[in-house]
This record gives sequence, structure tokens and C-alpha cells, in this order.
Amino acid sequence: MGHGSLNDVVQASYLVATFLLIIGLKRMSSPRTARSGMLWAGVGMLLAIAVTFAYLPGVYRLVGSLEDLGGWWPRLGLILAAILVGGVPAWWSGRRVPITEMPQMVAIYNGLGGGAAAAIGAVELYSGRAYLGSLAFPLIAVVGALVGAIGLGGSFVAFLKLQSWMGSPRVIGRNLINGILGIILLALTVVSVHPAWISPELLAVDSLIGIFLLVSLAFGILITLPIGGADMPVVISTYNACIGIAVGFEGFVLQNPAMIIAGTIVGASGTLLTVLMAKAMNRSFGNIWLSGFGDVRTTVAAGPQRTMKSLDARDAAASMAYMEDIIVVPGYGLAVAQAQHKLWELMQMLQKRGVRVRFAIHPVAGRMPGHMSVLMAEAGVPYDLIFDLDEINSDFANADLALVIGANDVVNPAARTDKSSPIYGMPILNADQARQVFVIKRGRGAGFSGVENELFFGPNTQMVFGDAQDVISKMIQALKEL
Amino acid sequence: MMTGFVALYIFLIAAIAGYEIISRVPVILHTPLMSGSNFVHGIVLVGAMVAMAEARGPLEVTVGFIGVVMATSNVVGGYVSTERMLEMFKSKKENA
Repeated sequence: MGHGSLNDVVQASYLVATFLLIIGLKRMSSPRTARSGMLWAGVGMLLAIAVTFAYLPGVYRLVGSLEDLGGWWPRLGLILAAILVGGVPAWWSGRRVPITEMPQMVAIYNGLGGGAAAAIGAVELYSGRAYLGSLAFPLIAVVGALVGAIGLGGSFVAFLKLQSWMGSPRVIGRNLINGILGIILLALTVVSVHPAWISPELLAVDSLIGIFLLVSLAFGILITLPIGGADMPVVISTYNACIGIAVGFEGFVLQNPAMIIAGTIVGASGTLLTVLMAKAMNRSFGNIWLSGFGDVRTTVAAGPQRTMKSLDARDAAASMAYMEDIIVVPGYGLAVAQAQHKLWELMQMLQKRGVRVRFAIHPVAGRMPGHMSVLMAEAGVPYDLIFDLDEINSDFANADLALVIGANDVVNPAARTDKSSPIYGMPILNADQARQVFVIKRGRGAGFSGVENELFFGPNTQMVFGDAQDVISKMIQALKEL
Repeated sequence: MMTGFVALYIFLIAAIAGYEIISRVPVILHTPLMSGSNFVHGIVLVGAMVAMAEARGPLEVTVGFIGVVMATSNVVGGYVSTERMLEMFKSKKENA
């Protein structure tokens, strides 16, 4: 192996940094300690990066002395430049992007981590260092690069979909294309592990690795392309876990214990999070990946012509003022309209009038698991008013009103009854069982999954059409005048 | 230098630790945690810097440069976005 062992100072620092990262993640598991947990993790990360940076001249001398490229200082300058080129836009975009667009930002930052893992693998393979020693090294370097590059391509598609810059195009014969590409990729993977199996006149190692990475990237894009936007939380979570493993693998190639441990912990926790999410949607992991929502289009259009009853925002507010028990069901539309603060203001006004107000959170409402919890927390809604699906579902039957704001698929009764529906079997909030249902909705279209919602045509349902921000502002005005 | 088996033990124990950490997280923290674990695999920057310091020749240096750029985006973006999500919890606690 061309790698010198890390010196003791570096090793000890990595030990402390890894400890801080683990404790940080652990502290993030409770709302009270979450912020301090992030600080711990941040300090650990900074320590690992600073120590590595200080140690770089040693690394360079070890290898660079063989074939000097203008000396150490230009190289250090180049590394610093790369850090600035990557760090400044990320810092700027992370600060600036509205909180509703965070899911896609997480997707893109995540994908770039995968790309970095692939780049490490590529450098180690190009240099030939990964080919020294046992076959385990090139194998792990190649698999790590493969997973990282797939994660980069897939996360990029997830970003485009969440940003609504891309739909779910139907590719004719995509299973065949993916199958053929998959076989090519498998062959490239095997050959990349042991290039001696292929004649160098046919394909030089450098070109081989380049083609291998490009095909991996394309494969990641293609397998994510047909999956509908509603499944993106599961997709992002899957890639997050995969990229953690890729980082762990490249850590093994570099003999870097901090990377191995941090990467593997993300791989394990990310896998569990993915399973929890898929479970909340009552869909199997394989189902999401092999037949995305986007593929299924139900033809409910046939049948009796149905109408939605619409209601004026002011009238809705007036009737809410005289109710006793209201359950609010927030959805993605609320996040898009940025109406969470107004909503809480409205609910506080109702509380002062003696109305019991509670918030029902569906685990996959929005574009990320717990997205709505974050939104409610931002608005300042106390935890004891926020309820999970299991905690509150039986209470809808006794509630005067279910106020559905910009939510659709998570309250669609078809999930309980219609076996042909693509969302059949997904646990939903039983908003339809409340005595009355008000739905604040921008337009008359179907939900993100493309499925018509029976709830909107229900006998006790009234629709308040409009942007959530406008509608709720009108409601607040109406209550003030009451 | 680590032998394959030592690495396997590390993988095993780290995997169990990761599983334990998340199995106690309430739904309300799932999004920040997803973002936080995204930040944690930003440790890849450490490896990207080493790979770039080791790189020889224009091809390796170019790929190493791209690697450091991407890794830095991961770690910086991951930190900023998680911090912003968790800030909401703070403002909430003060209101309550």
C-alpha cells in the first residue's frame, strides 16, 4: 500500500472527532438537545478537517516527491481554492433558500457527497494505489465509486423533480434499457476491479474508469427518472444511506477510520429511516423503486359527474368561531404558501374563543418525513398540540371540523377502499370522519400522486379555494370583525 | 494498517450504533436528522483532501479538485441547512 499510516496526533484527533460526531447525532434525537447536538457534530467535523489539512504536507511528501508538480505550495493553494469553490456557493444557497425548498437542497448536498466519494475512488484507481495489496482494495474502491456516482445522478434527478423542473417522463422500454445498461455496468464494475482481465490496447485503465463512472452516473439518473415526486422522500433517504456506505468504503481504501465509522453510521441510520418512511406509506421498498407512483395513472374520470361545494373564507371563519373541537391537517400546500405563521395566528385567535385546536401530522405529508412537524415548529406551535397519525386518528370522529390545508393524498379515503388506486393501503388521516371538513386548496386538480380525492366530493366537505396565505388572512380578518 | 477483519468489526459496530441512534428519534426530528446525517457523511472531505494531496498528473489533480469541491458543498451545505431547521425549534421553545 502506498498509504503511510496516519501519525498518532491525527489518529487521536480522529478518535475525538468521531466521538463528537456520534454524540452529536445522538443528541439530535431529542428536540431539547438537538441544537447542541449539531454543535457537537460541527466541532467534531471541524477538528477532523483542520487536523487533516495540517497533515496534508506529510501526505504530499510521501507520494509527491516521486514526481513533483511545482511543489507543495501550489498544491495547497489548489486545495484551498477547491474548498472555496465548493463551500461559498453551498453556504450562500443554504442560507438563502426558503425553508420549504430544503428537501431538494438536502438532496443536492447529499448527491455531491456521493460524487466526492466517487472522485476519491477514481483518484485511488487512476494512481494504481488501490490496485496494490489484496483484491479487497480495488473491489471496495470500485463499489464505493459505483454507489457514490449512482447517488450523485439519482440525487440530481430528485432535486430537479422536487424543484418541479422535471416531471416523470415515460421512457418506452425503460426496463429493457435499464436492464441492458445494468449488465454493461456490472461488466464494467468487474473489469474495473481487475483491469488485467482486459487488454490495455483495447481500453486503457484511465478510460475504463472514466467510462465506468459515467455509466454509473447515467444509471443513477435512469433508475430515478420514472419515480414520481411523492416518493422522493424515500428516494433521498435511500441515496443518503447509500452514500454513507460509499464514504465508508472509500474510507477503507484510504485507511481512514473516521470516514469508515461516520459513513457506516449514516448508512445504517439512513437505511432504518428509509424503512420507517416506506412503512408509513405502507409500500414496500421494492414497489417504490420498481414501479413509481408516476407510472400509474388511474382512470377515475368515468362515473357520475360530481361537484365540489365551495365556501367563502369569511363564512368558513365565522362557523369555525362557534365550534368546539377543530383538528388541523397541514400539507405541502401550506409550506408552498408559507402560511404557517398565519395559520398559528388564526388558531390562537380561535383558542382565545375557547375552541380546542389540535394539529394532525401525517408522517409523509410534504416532501420529507416530518416536513410538517418542522413547519409547525417554525410557526411556534407547541409540541403538545401536535399529534402523530396513530395518536389522533380515532379522534376525528368526535371532532367538529377537520381543517385540511394544502394536503391531499394523505387524507384520500381511496387509500382505504379502492384497491385499484396506487395509494391503496397507505395509512391516512381520517379527516372524512369529522362532522365537517373544510379544505383549503389552490385549485381543483388531483394530488401529487395524480389520484382524484373522494374526500373533496364528500357530503360534509366544503372547499375554500385559494392560496393558503390569502385564505387564512381573510379568515383572520373575518374573526377580528366578528 | 488495518486488516480486513478489523475493518469488518468497525463496520459492524458502527452499523449497530447508527441503528440505535435513529431508532429513538421522534418523527418531528426526522427531517433535521436526515439533514444532519447528510452533514455527517460530509466527512468525505477529509478523504477528498488526502486524495488530492496524493494526486499526481493533470487527470488525478482535476478529479481530486472536483472531489474536494463536491465534498465541501456536502459538508457546508449540510451544516447550514440542518442548523436552519433546528433554529426553528429554538424559536419555538422561547415562544412557549
